[in-house]
Amino acid sequence: MGLASRWIYLLLAIPFFGTLWVPLYNHVRPTFLGFPFFYWYQFAWVPASVVLTAIVYVARRPSAPTDVTRDA
Amino acid sequence: MSAALGIFLALFLLVTGLGFWANRWRPGDLGLLSEWGLGGRRFGALVTWFLLGGDLYTAYTFIAVPALVFGQGALGFFALPYTIVMYPIMFMIMPKLWTVARERGYVTAADFVEQRFDCRMLGLLVAVTGILATMPYIALQLVGIQVVLGALHLGGTGIWAEAPLIIAFVVLAAYTYTGGLRAPALIAIVKDILIYTTVLTAVVVIPAHLGGWTAIFAKVPAAKLTFAKPPPHSTGILSGYATLALGSALALLMYPHTVTGVLGAKSADVVRKNAVFLPAYSFVLGLLALLGYMAYAAHVNALPQFRDGFAHFGPSYAVPALFMRFLPSWFVGFAFAAIAIGALVPAAIMSVAAANLFTRNIYKAFLHPRVSEAGEARTAKLASLFVKFGALVFVLGIPEKYAIVLQLLGGIWIIQTFPAIVIGLYTRWPHRYALVTGWLAGMIAGTAMAASTSFKSVIYPLTMAGYTVPAYAAVYAVLVNLIVTVVATWVLKTLRIGAGRDGTLDVQMRGA
Repeated sequence: MGLASRWIYLLLAIPFFGTLWVPLYNHVRPTFLGFPFFYWYQFAWVPASVVLTAIVYVARRPSAPTDVTRDA
Repeated sequence: MSAALGIFLALFLLVTGLGFWANRWRPGDLGLLSEWGLGGRRFGALVTWFLLGGDLYTAYTFIAVPALVFGQGALGFFALPYTIVMYPIMFMIMPKLWTVARERGYVTAADFVEQRFDCRMLGLLVAVTGILATMPYIALQLVGIQVVLGALHLGGTGIWAEAPLIIAFVVLAAYTYTGGLRAPALIAIVKDILIYTTVLTAVVVIPAHLGGWTAIFAKVPAAKLTFAKPPPHSTGILSGYATLALGSALALLMYPHTVTGVLGAKSADVVRKNAVFLPAYSFVLGLLALLGYMAYAAHVNALPQFRDGFAHFGPSYAVPALFMRFLPSWFVGFAFAAIAIGALVPAAIMSVAAANLFTRNIYKAFLHPRVSEAGEARTAKLASLFVKFGALVFVLGIPEKYAIVLQLLGGIWIIQTFPAIVIGLYTRWPHRYALVTGWLAGMIAGTAMAASTSFKSVIYPLTMAGYTVPAYAAVYAVLVNLIVTVVATWVLKTLRIGAGRDGTLDVQMRGA
């Protein structure tokens, strides 16, 4: 795996900043579909983190055949 | 017999049948520990998704998370960030653990640690921590079953009061004994379908009765909806919330039932795919947490028909009461079956995981090194029975609050295995005895922090230079562990104390 693709793992760190820095979302407004910001903002991180992890999964795939054990 | 009870019993019979049939599913030689205890490491992406989902999102979670939101508001919502940050970490570390375990035939994380650092004592500590943390967790699954059985008014009086729970558990113990990890893997598919259906129905039907989401949130006091501004010279509860999420994620990854579920996968790629797609459950868990606000908005605890239930079970009764208030009887039976079956799956996996640890890292490592492969499997099967009956005795004989305290401590304890396991996947730099010392320091520090709140809270307010940072005691304790490990490694290396030889040397731990 090249140096360029190593950087892709940094994407996995983004959800930590997004969800663990509480002052960022500790408010009621703006509301969305009746949900206070605190709640819908954290819900939004679920699909966002799935997308980020999926990007990393796809990006590292070319090296998969060299894996010690791979799907038969 | 009510419709609720009829549906409940029918679904229970269905999963019992599946449980006993499981040993014929994807047949393998169940006389081998890797077949009984890891399902032969043959589960593909989809089965692993159901298995891990059924394993990580337990019935206790379904009862306790909405109960916390019901009682305390926003703090209970930590379950969502907790299960968001867990998967990037799983993506990084678990494929590595899977690969080395597969190459070397490891069944437990303690196997890896023992071989990697050439230290049976370290393996024993990891195993004992795992078993200690798992026992109260199994006991709390039983509490989850008790709550729904109580709500269905199942159970007689006197010595018959707990008969339904005992029957459910004896049946569970029997098919886990025969089928090993295959039994919960198969039942998890049913469990997850029931849970998804229940939660998605509840979050559509119940808000309609309560006037929509806006009306529900409007009934919750502002002080519960978000956190108060921190007082001067303190980060307030904000740092408690964030560290509770992070620490719980690190701890959950180290629990034996998580490791067992991961090692049952057929490839490292299956583990990675699951780290991508498991957050679907986090979404459901977040919705479930909001049931706590619905229960609050509906004032279910003030309704006369639920007074006894709340008196007996406290806030844990919020979700069952909410369902009985707003959902038709037959669907209540369906939902309660989802919760009860949701308890059986993790309880089975936890007992298999604890049995694997006992067999490999206590029995084989210390008591009977020459045990045959068949002897290993026999020992594990018996150990799984002991673990389950231990949990049953625990729940029936000891007040529930002690099980909750021990489960809170369990999280603080299990995270102390993180340095040995996770750092070990990347480097052999820490000295084996330094890891032992760090573990001990973390265990003592964490337990002392919990004790300082009289075991009422896991949030410890650390004050340094006049500034207070309240945080999850597990996070502080594992920092103590890491600092002691680093300092002790430096000392031991300076003294040239032997570090042993690496038993995983020829394995290429690819992955991340």
